[in-house]
Amino acid sequence: MDKTIRSLSDAVAKIGDGARIMIGGFGGSGAPIELIHALIDKGPRNLTVINNNAGNGHVGLAAMIEQGMIAKIICSFPRSANPEVFTELYLAGKIELELVPQGTLAERIRAGGAGIPAFYTPTSYGTALAEGKPVAEFEGRQYVQERWLKADFALIKAELGDPMGNLTYRMAARNFTPLMAMAAEHTIVQVSRVVPVGGIDPEQVVTPGIFVNCVVEAPDPKQEENLNREGAIYP
Amino acid sequence: MSDALDTIKLSNEQIAWRAAQDIENGAYVNLGIGFPEMVARFQPEGREAIFHTENGVLGFGKAPPEGEEDWDLINAGKKAITIKPGSSFFHQADSFAIVRGGHLDVAILGAYQVAQNGDLANWSTGKGGVPAVGGAMDLVHGAKRIAVLTDHVTKKGEPKLLERCTMPLTGVGCVTRVYTSLAVVDIEDGHFVLREKLPALSFDELQKVTGAELKIGDGATDLIAPAP
Repeated sequence: MDKTIRSLSDAVAKIGDGARIMIGGFGGSGAPIELIHALIDKGPRNLTVINNNAGNGHVGLAAMIEQGMIAKIICSFPRSANPEVFTELYLAGKIELELVPQGTLAERIRAGGAGIPAFYTPTSYGTALAEGKPVAEFEGRQYVQERWLKADFALIKAELGDPMGNLTYRMAARNFTPLMAMAAEHTIVQVSRVVPVGGIDPEQVVTPGIFVNCVVEAPDPKQEENLNREGAIYP
Repeated sequence: MSDALDTIKLSNEQIAWRAAQDIENGAYVNLGIGFPEMVARFQPEGREAIFHTENGVLGFGKAPPEGEEDWDLINAGKKAITIKPGSSFFHQADSFAIVRGGHLDVAILGAYQVAQNGDLANWSTGKGGVPAVGGAMDLVHGAKRIAVLTDHVTKKGEPKLLERCTMPLTGVGCVTRVYTSLAVVDIEDGHFVLREKLPALSFDELQKVTGAELKIGDGATDLIAPAP
């Protein structure tokens, strides 16, 4: 078995117009900048993107939005240090937003990957974000029903990957990534280093390769935060 | 009245100091982004709390020196942090299992408004713009104590402790204690119960700037916080 793919552009080649894409990362931490930029080069449109945020500056996810590729974003916190790309389009009514509490977003993605169509959570009960959702009482407390989230593709970043798709992560860059790897039809991973099969101790594997479809090596990946400090703009 | 309050009220540092005194040794704690993060600076000598951040770190330490940031190691406010021995990383579903599952001892949050039944409004002023919630609605559920740090009144002098919140709610009946610039107030059975107040302020004066009835708790005492 060999899930490695030689180039970033080959890795994103199957992503077409109208796709629903989960993109890993919490802000810049864990954001697969190289895969996102390869997707911008390909240029599919009318995408639905699931991420915690809505981009920062003019690189990565913000650059996708700036290029007009995204019709709808599902996220918890569409603000950042430099959020004007999303803000302008949103206030102009040119991009749809589904706002989801962060823990609910994570659990909806996990549920999507785990085959659980809906679950109940205390989060958002009695608030504007629970409007229209079924509510039920368990042991005297009220809970809100939330539904799974699935996607056609996941674009994610990991630290080490082997040809079977087993992955490790680096510190807090893990965030949504292992959940998204489970919840997408086709999971595409950029790794800092591809190691041979057996090169990751099974005890250390965080995402087992069964959740991964393709692995592409992107050594020394860029950090969104550093790119923004340099004033980078993509493309 | 508002101007007079400004001369006696606690600074944010002093409010954070007061909140820090109630955190037990070994407590698992989540500090909300912004003002509540300050509580970490005032841990009493000999006590060590373990701090959780929603993006997936338990046991983090101070910010690194400028230039030594690693942007894979940040907190929920997207600021660079460091880790301490014994820390751990985990994904978002586990991180919010920690939150909603009742595993945290205390979560300390900011507030626009708090109601006497424990309702909290801290995520949206309801005035338009780009809505953003992050982990706010999750954090108000699950921790054994949900404490709020806030100025007692708004910049315009309007009460922030109210009978009912008028801004969009973050959570219903969730807050257990409020540390304000003038007082420490518990929420019990649908009422604000005064535990401590600044000695320079009479009860009537405090009641006047509080938007709901204040009950005087047993053994209510002076609120004294050292100047930082």
